[in-house]
Amino acid sequence: MIRFDKVVKRFGDNVVLRELDFQVRPGEHVCLIGPSGSGKTTILRLLMTLERVDSGTIDVGGECLTHMQHRGKRVPADEKHLRTVRKRIGMVFQQFNLFPNMKVLQNLTEAPVRVLGLSRDQAEQRALELLEMVGLRDRADAHPSQLSGGQQQRVAIARALAMHPDVLLLDEVTSALDPELVADVLNVLKDIAKTTDITMLIVTHEMGFAQDVADRVLMFDQGRVVEQAAPGKLFTDPDQQRTRDFLRAVLERR
Amino acid sequence: MFGDVPGFLRTILEGASTTLAVTAGGIVFATVMSFVAGLAMLAPARSVRAVSRIYVEVWRGTSEIVQLFWIFLALPILVGIQLVPLWAGILVIGLNGGAYGAEIVRGAVQAVPRAQREGAVALNLSPFDRMRRVVLPQALVDMVPPFNNLFIQLLKGSALVSLVFLQDLTFQAQAVVLPTNTDQALTILTLLLLVYLALSIVITAAMRFLERWAAALVGRQPSTRSREVALSGGAA
Repeated sequence: MIRFDKVVKRFGDNVVLRELDFQVRPGEHVCLIGPSGSGKTTILRLLMTLERVDSGTIDVGGECLTHMQHRGKRVPADEKHLRTVRKRIGMVFQQFNLFPNMKVLQNLTEAPVRVLGLSRDQAEQRALELLEMVGLRDRADAHPSQLSGGQQQRVAIARALAMHPDVLLLDEVTSALDPELVADVLNVLKDIAKTTDITMLIVTHEMGFAQDVADRVLMFDQGRVVEQAAPGKLFTDPDQQRTRDFLRAVLERR
Repeated sequence: MFGDVPGFLRTILEGASTTLAVTAGGIVFATVMSFVAGLAMLAPARSVRAVSRIYVEVWRGTSEIVQLFWIFLALPILVGIQLVPLWAGILVIGLNGGAYGAEIVRGAVQAVPRAQREGAVALNLSPFDRMRRVVLPQALVDMVPPFNNLFIQLLKGSALVSLVFLQDLTFQAQAVVLPTNTDQALTILTLLLLVYLALSIVITAAMRFLERWAAALVGRQPSTRSREVALSGGAA
């Protein structure tokens, strides 16, 4: 479903991704872990086309995300091409990024109406179903600012799902939340992982959650995959010293 | 010692309709130019940005009186079009105000957090919808107070049109009432100031209303200060 081929991303002199290769199968749930600055979030941002690669290519669902054919030549993708590929991808952000100028319901219906061409009725019906799923149907008429962080994040998850993505990118979605609100958000995500066939790429520091939902865990450091394995193996018996150090540091922080 | 205050006032106010027309027309035109030029300064195409930058620098960087004379006297020589004085006044005030307003629009749009644009990209909204549905409504809130300032400047700047013989408030006071009552200059000019002050308070009250509306639109509480002012009827 997703294929990174020798992807390089730099910010100034800082090389964030160094010739990164990795693949994700359709329906797979992959957790990305590693110290901050290791390039995990950049991977999600590249997939969401919020950043551009410096070299290498990214494919999503057999389509090239980074480049397109123009008069027989391969050129960097333009906005029109990006919009085609973006259809498959949804993203949930650390800071929710709900639109404060729209009520909760409209946050969920805006893109389905304008991008997918749904009627307002269809979009609202679907939005209410999704709000029901995340336990917030009764807050449809609220302003985002009237919701707690955990509620806002659940709305943001529902908003991403309203676009029917094949791939859902989750960027540290519980990092900005008060500890007691984390569980609700994680439960919603576990539910999605169990009941849908959406491919999920999850950047997280919640190791328990990773253990629960991930098919595979990738340990990143300095723009490279240090180690990858099923969560059972990686969390209990990692091969690399770097992984052991990182996991110990994360556990000690709790 | 104050002379015929009601009489003076009546004569001055004969210019009110002209001042209001020039100010209102100027505000509408300046607002349109502000958005056109302000958004053009953020356009991806370099040439579009350059054109709007030149507009802003030229109209902001030259004297408004000279601009007015130029439109009124030089334009007929240049292209053979003599504008009606009222339209010349609206044109100059609008273009001049638009040059300042463009920076207001540009600044407010840029101040909308990047995360909001990214949220809109992640939902695959078109660049146009991202701007129109997400960024601009949020930017609007921050534009209102500086636009309030600008509109009051336009009102006061409208006095310039008396120089091309438009019979506005200033013309009435200065060219009609004053010459025959030179010993009453203090009264007449004070009355004129008070009339402008009253009009600017009307503008401020309207803008406070707009500010509260725009703040409610994005679910933001209006600042304490604007709430106090609104409660006291905008007279602050």
